Amino acid sequence: MPQSATASTGNSKPRLSDELSNDRLLEWLRSMQLIREFETRTMQAYQQAKIGGFCHIYSGQEACAVGTIGSVNHDDPVVLAYRDHGHALARGMDPKACMAEMFGKLEGCAKGKGGSMHMFDKPNWLFGGHGIVGAQTPLGAGLAFAARYEWEVMNKGGKKVALCYLGDGAIDQGAFFEALNLAALYSIPVIYIIENNGYSMGTAIHRHSANSENLLARGEAFGIKSVKIDGLDILNVYDQFKPLVDECRDLQRPAFVDFKTYRYQGHSMSDPQKYRTKEEVDQFKEKDSIANLLGHLMNERDAINEDSWKAMRKEIQEEVREAVQFAENATDPDIEELYTDVYANPQPNLSPTAEYKHGAKNPLL
Amino acid sequence: MATLNLVQAINLALQQEMQKDDRVIVLGEDVGPNGGVFRVTEGLHAQFGDDRVIDTPLAESGIIGTAIGMAMNDLRPVPEIQFEGFLGPAYDQIVNHAARSRSRSRGAITVPLTIRVPVGGGIHAPELHSDSPEAIYAHSPGIKVVMPTTPYDAKGLLISAIRDPDPVIFFEPKRVYRSFREEVPEDEYTIPIGEAKIVSEGDDLTVVTWGASLFQCIEALDNAPDDVSIELIDLRTIDPFDMDMIAESVEKTGRCVVVHEAAMTCGLGAEISSRVQERCFLHLEAPVQRVTGFDTLMPYYKLENEYLVNAKRVGQAIEEALAY
Repeated sequence: MPQSATASTGNSKPRLSDELSNDRLLEWLRSMQLIREFETRTMQAYQQAKIGGFCHIYSGQEACAVGTIGSVNHDDPVVLAYRDHGHALARGMDPKACMAEMFGKLEGCAKGKGGSMHMFDKPNWLFGGHGIVGAQTPLGAGLAFAARYEWEVMNKGGKKVALCYLGDGAIDQGAFFEALNLAALYSIPVIYIIENNGYSMGTAIHRHSANSENLLARGEAFGIKSVKIDGLDILNVYDQFKPLVDECRDLQRPAFVDFKTYRYQGHSMSDPQKYRTKEEVDQFKEKDSIANLLGHLMNERDAINEDSWKAMRKEIQEEVREAVQFAENATDPDIEELYTDVYANPQPNLSPTAEYKHGAKNPLL
Repeated sequence: MATLNLVQAINLALQQEMQKDDRVIVLGEDVGPNGGVFRVTEGLHAQFGDDRVIDTPLAESGIIGTAIGMAMNDLRPVPEIQFEGFLGPAYDQIVNHAARSRSRSRGAITVPLTIRVPVGGGIHAPELHSDSPEAIYAHSPGIKVVMPTTPYDAKGLLISAIRDPDPVIFFEPKRVYRSFREEVPEDEYTIPIGEAKIVSEGDDLTVVTWGASLFQCIEALDNAPDDVSIELIDLRTIDPFDMDMIAESVEKTGRCVVVHEAAMTCGLGAEISSRVQERCFLHLEAPVQRVTGFDTLMPYYKLENEYLVNAKRVGQAIEEALAY
């Protein structure tokens, strides 16, 4: 790449991320800022009671979704936990569909049936957010197994690698240990990305997980290549994560990533956050991943200036405002939606309105 | 036409579907060279190899969860769970993921998964190896539940289940595995999920049953007085069950006895009984009777026959319904 010589400055060693073009990094900056802005507006909409149920905000962790998804191919399957808006956007989901989903509207990515925790997007190879902690981890193994099977047994397509995200709270779940064992045993190309934001809901990692200083030991226990990544610097994410992806794809085997990150908001929208101090949050905000990348692009690459950054933010604000407006104006689901997509074919007794009724054949009714 | 038992019929269906579609794979505990705990998958590993017949760790949540991921990504996995009691660790994956992915993804990401599970008592095994949990899964929208009893039905229903675009739990009454043989065509055929079967026609009373209890019902019918004509229905599919066939029969006979091995409270018999009174109220000559397991845990083998439905109890219920 022509930029590699000019991009790295001073005495720093050449990095893999030096090869990334300015355009690509600007795209990542935009993607991270889009997530940040989207989540800000999501919180507002939630507080206005336009979003129902539960809502988990991704702000602070953007470099994880954007950096890791930016290191794989579009047709590599991705499966998520419930803090999933950021990944969905990073994967290319239209913010309108994402917001409308949370508003429970028909134009949402899942017709407004899944809500915040269940972002599915098949054209973008996104196999859903999942609301049960850790339960998506065997699904990740299965997605990757199928991908390998297609390539190896059915001679169809190329080598793929699946990304399966989970939080540090999920590492304590039994299903995850079963998934790690299966992935290692069958050499399944799935990368488990522990988005380690330090808290399992409101319980700090050292209070919820044994030997929490050394999570890598859990992957290594199964003979899985395990890597710790500082996830607040997206260039560093790429430097470390991209070679891992290449290796897993090439050798068709799993990996385990302890991805250090931090969430700025509470676990969910109803979290009083008594378990941490404002000072702690502020400390992490000083290492903000968006500011990090912006600084790099401004100072080391001269790829953006204050004016163009302002223009980008304005454009994103407008895009997200439009998404909220779209969600507001989108269609409320018809009562018929109660019984669509439960099975491929309608079954008796699914619907309060369709032809089957309890007692329909009772001549008294 | 070959005369096969239930094990052989299921094995044949698996073999034929695997031959026909290389997306069909079998996985489970010892399903490979060992042929599974009841030898239902015997010979498949030799024929299809490691890639398609996969021995797994003893980890039901992992097995079903992985199979769901496979199915979401276009394979047609047929995992085996050794005993119905071992569905417990996989319950989360079945009910919270397999059953709901279609709905959550507006129909885009589906789970064509068939979970094969030996079910029920009568083989001198303790609880967890002799239970009948079909109603638990019938109560969960998004998943279908099938329980064939005869080899012919099992082959046709298993092929339907594997080809079904939605997840299916395929319960195999283990008491019947080797106790009954019948002619099973070599050629492929399917039996639609959701259709019950009239085993014998009658005008005076309807007996509805499924699973291994079918044979106790047949015995009870044999013992019934000659002047009583009883219609016997094998439900075959638990969810969605064939209420139309039941209603049609009860409207004709006016009397209904539901027989199942599972415990009584909130068993499928309660649902059928309720629907019969909703749909056939003015046709009923007697309250719907239930003959079921007791609301206790399945006992160990010394008391097994006390728990299981037998022809005598079915006969009593028939008598009471007729005398009402």
